[in-house]
Amino acid sequence: MSASHEIFGTTPFDGTVAMRGYAINKMCFSFNSAQNREKFRGDEEAYMRAYGLNENQAEAIRKRDVLGLLDAGGNVYYLAKFAGILGLDVQDLGAAQTGMTKDAFKARLVAQNQQPSTM
Amino acid sequence: MANIIGALATSHIPAIGGAIAKGLEQDSYWKPFFDGFGPARQWLNREKPDVAVVFYNDHGLNFFLDKMPTFAVGAAEEYRNEDEGWGIPTLPPFPGIPELSWGIINHLVEREFDIVTCQEMLVDHAFTLPFKLFWPNGDAPLAVPVCINTVQFPLPSAKRCVALGRAVGEAVAAWDSDKTVVMIGSGGLSHQLDGQRAGFINKPFDLKFMQSMVDDPEWAAQFSVLELVEKTGTQGVELLNWLAARSAVPGGVRKVHSNYHIPISNTAAGMMALEAA
Repeated sequence: MSASHEIFGTTPFDGTVAMRGYAINKMCFSFNSAQNREKFRGDEEAYMRAYGLNENQAEAIRKRDVLGLLDAGGNVYYLAKFAGILGLDVQDLGAAQTGMTKDAFKARLVAQNQQPSTM
Repeated sequence: MANIIGALATSHIPAIGGAIAKGLEQDSYWKPFFDGFGPARQWLNREKPDVAVVFYNDHGLNFFLDKMPTFAVGAAEEYRNEDEGWGIPTLPPFPGIPELSWGIINHLVEREFDIVTCQEMLVDHAFTLPFKLFWPNGDAPLAVPVCINTVQFPLPSAKRCVALGRAVGEAVAAWDSDKTVVMIGSGGLSHQLDGQRAGFINKPFDLKFMQSMVDDPEWAAQFSVLELVEKTGTQGVELLNWLAARSAVPGGVRKVHSNYHIPISNTAAGMMALEAA
């Protein structure tokens, strides 16, 4: 993406990232199926090998490292399916990515009401 | 000729599906969100549209990155919902209306939109939740899904989504039928799920955008996709669906009702019901 539009803490999911993350996103897409979720739970390493994750991707999955998963090319819509297996919601993900506790992250969301109503 | 009665728009946070399934609509967390739908439901109950054209984005149920269309139009007898991986209840199929689907497809291609057509199409929460929210008793209209890529960049520009919506509106208006049609835009408003900027919300922009849906429908088309990401968050860009739905209503609109509530999950939740003037 053009340097004139660097946005803090944001990586647009473009072709470069989508190619880098294809294997991990394909694995997460497979988690739409309950049977596949069960298979992953049964043997995470074998499941990751079957989908051809590289070491960076596998390590981020092992560590449940959300920023690492994004860095490895994961897209949040697919990663949400992995988070579902772990029983995590998007506020858990938000807290993990911003280094806050979940309660602090939720409080920060509520505090957005204090923004002005007009531009 | 078919009659376009107006446009509906709503956020589609997955947790809404869980709240409906658990009957939490009047719970203090959810009440300010669900109460916004009352006046829209009353209006729909009077108007009883026969068909809804739904502009939405798939989140990895029907489309994966192996084949990612910029615009896809459903042309099926019914659209099935399936397990999305994180446990909101799967809903019964939504009946389609292939006759209108093909009318829209034919007109879009004639107008040089190189769309993908789908005779089988799974529909995820972005498509299903508006039906649950606007027609909680299940008396919902027949559906034509129009899926816009908001997942993998490059995304279509806001200007292009306005043009898409306008062309869909032309196709519906030209449909030789006495049926009534409502347009639905699903997604937004400002939110960002990924990265260190997760939790980003932009209330003044959202409110200005909602006002523009009433009185200046092309206002948001001045922004590039990256500018929209900057102003609304990586997922806030789903407002492209609202823009397409509004653009599918020819001419002016009267606001039946709108509601805006921060937060539902990580999202600034918005809804609008607009009647064709």
